[in-house]
Amino acid sequence: MDTLLDVRDLHVEFRTRDGVAKAVNGVNYSVNAGETLAVLGESGSGKSVTAQAIMGILDSPPGHITRGRIFFQGADVLSLHREARRVLRGARMAMIFQDALSALNPVLSVGDQLGEMFVVHRGLSRRDARARAVELMDRVRIPAARQRVGDYPHQFSGGMRQRIMIAMAMALEPDLIIADEPTTALDVTVQAQVMELLAELQREMRMGLILITHDLGVVADVADKIAVMYAGRIVETAPVHQIYQRPAHPYTKGLLDSIPRLDQKGQELYAIKGLPPSLLRIPPGCPFHPRCPMAQEVCRTDEPPLYEVGPKRGSACHFWKETLGG
Amino acid sequence: MGRYVIRRLLQMIPVFVGSTFLIFVMVYALGDPVAALFGERAPDPATAAQIRRDLYLDHPLWQQYTHYMAQIFQGNFGTAFTGQPVLELMGSAWPLTIRLTIVAIIVEAVIGVILGIITGLRRGRSVDTGVLVLTLIVVSIPTFVSGYVLQFLFGVKWGVVNPSVSPAASFDELALPGVVLALVSLAYVTRLTRTSIAENTRADYVRTAVAKGLPRRRVILRHLLRNSLIPVVTFIGTDIGALMGGAIVTERIFNIHGVGYQLYQGILRQNSPTVVGFVTILVIVFLVANLLVDLLYAVLDPRIRYA
Amino acid sequence: MPEQLDQPNGRTSTEAVGQAGAGGAMEFAATEAASIGQATGPSARARSLWSDAWHDLRRNPIFIVSALLILFLVLIAIWPQLIATGNPLACDINMSQLGPAPGHPFGFDTQGCDVYTRTVYGARASVTVGVCATAGAALLGSILGGFAGFFGGWWDALLSRISDIFFGIPIILGGLVFLSVVTNTTVWPVVGFIVLLGWPQIARIARGAVITAKQNDYVQAARALGAGPTRMLLRHIAPNAVAPVIVVATIALGTYISLEATLSFLGVGLKPPTVSWGIDISSASTQIRDAPHMLLWPAAALSVTVLAFIMLGDAVRDALDPKLR
Repeated sequence: MDTLLDVRDLHVEFRTRDGVAKAVNGVNYSVNAGETLAVLGESGSGKSVTAQAIMGILDSPPGHITRGRIFFQGADVLSLHREARRVLRGARMAMIFQDALSALNPVLSVGDQLGEMFVVHRGLSRRDARARAVELMDRVRIPAARQRVGDYPHQFSGGMRQRIMIAMAMALEPDLIIADEPTTALDVTVQAQVMELLAELQREMRMGLILITHDLGVVADVADKIAVMYAGRIVETAPVHQIYQRPAHPYTKGLLDSIPRLDQKGQELYAIKGLPPSLLRIPPGCPFHPRCPMAQEVCRTDEPPLYEVGPKRGSACHFWKETLGG
Repeated sequence: MGRYVIRRLLQMIPVFVGSTFLIFVMVYALGDPVAALFGERAPDPATAAQIRRDLYLDHPLWQQYTHYMAQIFQGNFGTAFTGQPVLELMGSAWPLTIRLTIVAIIVEAVIGVILGIITGLRRGRSVDTGVLVLTLIVVSIPTFVSGYVLQFLFGVKWGVVNPSVSPAASFDELALPGVVLALVSLAYVTRLTRTSIAENTRADYVRTAVAKGLPRRRVILRHLLRNSLIPVVTFIGTDIGALMGGAIVTERIFNIHGVGYQLYQGILRQNSPTVVGFVTILVIVFLVANLLVDLLYAVLDPRIRYA
Repeated sequence: MPEQLDQPNGRTSTEAVGQAGAGGAMEFAATEAASIGQATGPSARARSLWSDAWHDLRRNPIFIVSALLILFLVLIAIWPQLIATGNPLACDINMSQLGPAPGHPFGFDTQGCDVYTRTVYGARASVTVGVCATAGAALLGSILGGFAGFFGGWWDALLSRISDIFFGIPIILGGLVFLSVVTNTTVWPVVGFIVLLGWPQIARIARGAVITAKQNDYVQAARALGAGPTRMLLRHIAPNAVAPVIVVATIALGTYISLEATLSFLGVGLKPPTVSWGIDISSASTQIRDAPHMLLWPAAALSVTVLAFIMLGDAVRDALDPKLR
């Protein structure tokens, strides 16, 4: 399979008033065409910052990419000229944001915002762009698209707005889509529909999809592989089912144990103790050690590399064998 | 929308009555207009009583007020004590002040917005800090000081413009007075635009626009500016009425015989029909400007709906 | 709402516009990048709004400069003798409009009075009017506005209409009409007038701040737990609503000083023998061609004073508004 996106040793830091926040610390992952990678982690784990670095929409300052490379279809995008980078955005890689209400421009009609993609990237006239906008809205199954194309974002329901976000990302049939918590802001009943739509369109167009989420439940049905992030690092990567059956990192295990399950009704729900570390003061050694039930002396001093624990599997834990076994 | 306009118009009535009545009371507290009319001479009691009757001064204050307002709405603004109809005074004064206000609005809108955009996009850089300090200084210098200083520098020392405006008051003559009148508002527009831009640059929809691969120019002009200018446009709208009322100082410095000048003269000479007439129109302008701004708001921001 | 400076010529603030509701949609930006600045670890210091603001202010050169300047102004307003030994009313007509001379660094005005002495003594009138008018307007405005925001209903509607009436009167015009009747030469009629037309501005801010504070989750929680209205207002709402009032009042202080000078310039504010920058500027303005120094010094003193208060208010606002960091 051909590699669509390859992120290598990416480091991002934010230089703030209070100090340097190390948001991403040596992330490696790759996505093939037609493949779905789920990036999992709590807020502040660096999953969204990595996505912004790939898209080239990092707020800079204060954000800076200090090391690493991002190859997209074989070319290192970080070395591209600003204009060349811009042409990629929207056309060949696109992003879906979490909160469509704030991510869509409140004072422009959805037709304008969808059509804009064709006007800017394809040089279509406003009228043709409008027609394409209606087609797109039809495609993401917004009822009465022709009548609603002139409406403003606030006039749509949350689910419909998120469909418009998806339509905007799909507009130019990009090769890569990054969906940053696309269903988090939605009602549970709508979540499934939107997720289904996203997966369906991805299959049709054979796009690579990076699905950023903190919700393990969303991942299982749609993802091919998973990368779990913690404190700006990838702590575990694995094909999707393996991780559910046998996690190789205590953090992943903790996440899985904290999902409520019907067969454990009545028992106390497991919770990972403590809080994620401040990115200004990441603990030395393994960043997870203050919260880890298996932590030993070595965890406080040596940062574990990403051990190869099986075919296409990695775990950044000194005690991965014990974790897999237990 | 129509309902909303009607409700707003109804709400304007008590405000209009309150403001004009307040001014009316104050003007009549100025002193006995008949005594003022005669100046140093003691008036003949019979004549004075006749004048009082003619001017409706022998009625209680609230009746005087309603009588006066009724007259105004029939287009009769009365006669100044000089014998000149107030309407005639208005005919010569309003065009001057309107022209002066137009110059001032253009100055504050164009320069203020441009400076605001530049500083808002470069927050924290030296241009930003420089302009910010400059706006604070401009706000701190009272109009009558900046007016005299600029008049002295441009009019007397460098001789670029005429220090006082001719009765014709063409637009180019009004350039300097317009700048003086606009100066403080200009500083506000700059700061308001800057804050608004700076807030919106971090907005999610701007990030979306960048992620769509739009050129920077388009992101700024179509997405960022359109949203950021909403509060600025509304500020400038409400400023129209305020500038007209604030023109007293500027018109005095540059000897422009506009509304402010007539009002000032009217107050000094206790010429109540002039004062009340001009103030009534000013209050109406002010209220209508505010209403238009609110309606404009709904046009600019589709999220606002008036029921 | 961003810019909230009071203005000398009585324009409505942009507050009304802000309340119309736009702009709020950008509030719920929930990107990770935004949350990074806030230290989330257990070691994160929990600093309160005020100590946080104080921490900021101590490092802000604008705050330090303006605070020192205001301290100096207040000192010479109380004891002008500290730096000026002469008598501001002792004038020698023979010295009329002369330039600087030994012992008279700023020269003389038309009556032959020492410009330096008069400029120093002028601080008293300005600072007195500014401080008293601000105190009055802030007290009246925050009480009326606070109650309107807290109780709402007809009380709120009534207050809104009354403030609208005052906003409808251009302030300089009102000053001309109101003060031209007054023959009293003390500062009090001017103070009274400024309080009368200044309070609605503060009331609007206080009302908005109280409404915002009232909607805070913990205030709602306190209400649900049965806290009485007095306790709610004093313990939960007032501490949160007071910050915007202080900011606006500080800035207003500067503009009130400017307003007093403008009214004095127009001949209806302070009157001789009170020594006032506005009066001195007014009498100097006719002689600007022959003796610009007469206008320069009181004008500079006035502008610097106004600037000091506006800068102070600006610095405090920046420190109290975490959104602008």
